[in-house]
Amino acid sequence: MATLIIAEHNDAHLNDATAKTLTAALALGQPVDILVAGKQAKAAADAAAQLSGVRSVLLADGDSLAERRAEPLADLVLSLAGKYDAILAPATSTGKNVAPRVAALLDVMQISEITKVVAPDTFERPIYAGNAIETVQTSDKTLVATVRIAAFAAAATGGNAPVETIAAPADSGLSSFVGADLSVSDRPELASARVIVSGGRALGSADKFQEVIAPLADQLKAAIGASRAAVDAGYAANDLQVGQTGKVVAPELYIAIGISGAIQHLAGMKDSKVIVAINKDGDAPIFQVADYGLVDDLFTVVPALTKALAN
Amino acid sequence: MKILVPVKRVVDTNVKIRVKPDGTGVDLANVKMSMNPFDEIAVEEALRLKEAGKATEVIVVSIGSDKSAETLRTGLAMGADRAVLVKTDAARVEPLAVAKLLKAVIATEQPSLVILGKQAIDDDSNQTGQMLAALLGWPQATFASKVVLGDGSVDVTREVDGGLETLRLQLPAIVTTDLRLNEPRYASLPNIMKAKKKPLDETSPEALGVDAAPRLAVLKTVEPAARTAGVKLGSVDELVAKLKQAGVL
Ligand SMILES: Cc1cc2nc3c(=O)[nH]c(=O)nc-3n(C[C@H](O)[C@H](O)[C@H](O)COP(=O)(O)OP(=O)(O)OC[C@H]3O[C@@H](n4cnc5c(N)ncnc54)[C@H](O)[C@@H]3O)c2cc1C
Ligand SMILES: Cc1cc2nc3c(=O)[nH]c(=O)nc-3n(C[C@H](O)[C@H](O)[C@H](O)COP(=O)(O)OP(=O)(O)OC[C@H]3O[C@@H](n4cnc5c(N)ncnc54)[C@H](O)[C@@H]3O)c2cc1C
Repeated sequence: MATLIIAEHNDAHLNDATAKTLTAALALGQPVDILVAGKQAKAAADAAAQLSGVRSVLLADGDSLAERRAEPLADLVLSLAGKYDAILAPATSTGKNVAPRVAALLDVMQISEITKVVAPDTFERPIYAGNAIETVQTSDKTLVATVRIAAFAAAATGGNAPVETIAAPADSGLSSFVGADLSVSDRPELASARVIVSGGRALGSADKFQEVIAPLADQLKAAIGASRAAVDAGYAANDLQVGQTGKVVAPELYIAIGISGAIQHLAGMKDSKVIVAINKDGDAPIFQVADYGLVDDLFTVVPALTKALAN
Repeated sequence: MKILVPVKRVVDTNVKIRVKPDGTGVDLANVKMSMNPFDEIAVEEALRLKEAGKATEVIVVSIGSDKSAETLRTGLAMGADRAVLVKTDAARVEPLAVAKLLKAVIATEQPSLVILGKQAIDDDSNQTGQMLAALLGWPQATFASKVVLGDGSVDVTREVDGGLETLRLQLPAIVTTDLRLNEPRYASLPNIMKAKKKPLDETSPEALGVDAAPRLAVLKTVEPAARTAGVKLGSVDELVAKLKQAGVL
């Protein structure tokens, strides 16, 4: 049969997470269709059609799909499910919200956050904050899985798949959208950034966080991340939390500043290619995973690093 | 109105777990177990709604062995009114089965709101609430950082990838908690004593008529590739040189 991907996008743009999910989907060895569900999402659908290896793109466009709420989106996926024996979504907040709903309605288990396709029915996934890797095999009639996007490279572009328009589902009225407060930033997106500068509790205030972290991030054209302690304390926005219960990232370079390296934080960044730790406590656990460490006061070292990079 | 809070007994978040060398799983012998932290947040939220006069009863439910009764007692000590243990000695109960069992409990209890944790910190599945909502045909709001109960509806602010989003759900509804919803209380000693006398009912998957057999086979469990500690450098200039060498600048 075939594999269906629930695309991650914001109508105007296709998120990189979709191309990464495609890489996992192609490893299943079947034709892959991408569902773009949204409102005025033609641009995202066209972008999906350009991904290499896609059989076709299904565009469902309508009011009920505007915010990709779980109920109408799950209904839509369910109406298509008969034609697929695998349904994949990236493990983004939208994917994690809808995929289990689809799985339950199909009476199958979901496999969460796969990091490797071992065989079309067998996958690796991390458990216990990444401290153990489980290999699981499904015997369900339909595979429903979310894909950890940091674990897969993006599929190439250069494709030219047809875009087929399908009907948007009716809205049950069970849920409605009230409003959103989305971060606006010119910085690269945390989940797919090449470089991440991350700050912890040690920054001490939202002002200091901005004053110390932002210039270094600007210099490196980096995304900004944060520990849970920094987010809880209000130094950084919630969508910047890196970790077991925040975002999982794997950039080329991750700079942890004033972060102790709790297992929950490490779970979100230890697959980064190069890790730099700046912490005044030489025994902080972050140094156990860091390639390069500076044991020093961040308030002197970070500005100095920013300056050195500018030269 | 009643609020139901499913709570899971998991390895305590401060425990550094060990993978068994033979690949059969994680060694849980003699490790400290606690209520899943997200479930503490869920219990706290339910209690606050009750204290604000918006709910009449808070019921905690757990699926697991006799030991899960301890987790339920923790919920009762925090302030929940009653507990239900769905007793099973199965080594693994998957989210789909948990959702089916909860659905069966809900058929009897008829809550208007069910608050779950967004994920259990052992399996990190992040599924049960969404599955339960699907099976009941109820609306869902996952990753909640704010819950405002209205008349026949609930407004939930969610932590999403791009920031925050607010949804209005018609009741009955499912909410799953994120870290910043509240800071859960600790149970006081007198409340721990009182909790021993609160009702704790027992049922079983058989009695509820639910097939809880797992769908997934766990073939093996291994430790992740270890990362080795690198070097501590003496100066910013050394760091810049190393990063240039590594080709990441
Ligand atoms: C259920 C659950 C889920 C969680 N999920 C996450 C998650 O997803 N992500 C996450 O990050 N955490 C998570 N946590 C929290 C985690 O356990 C830690 O509490 C948190 O990561 C600590 O953040 P921190 O390193 O910024 O703070 P701290 O642990 O307080 O570390 C601060 C560090 O800064 C150093 N420091 C202080 N001053 C200076 C200075 N002037 N210069 C240099 N260094 C300095 C200190 O030596 C210390 O090492 C979770 C916890 C629980 C229970
Ligand atoms: C469910 C849940 C679990 C949490 N688990 C942890 C945790 O394991 N580690 C952690 O640092 N924060 C944890 N926190 C966060 C914690 O409650 C505080 O929000 C955070 O530590 C900031 O503490 P503070 O501002 O009260 O004081 P601070 O002065 O910042 O904290 C004092 C120190 O106490 C320790 N501490 C505080 N709370 C806990 C806790 N629950 N368990 C173990 N040590 C603690 C930390 O080492 C902290 O540095 C948790 C929060 C929740 C909701």
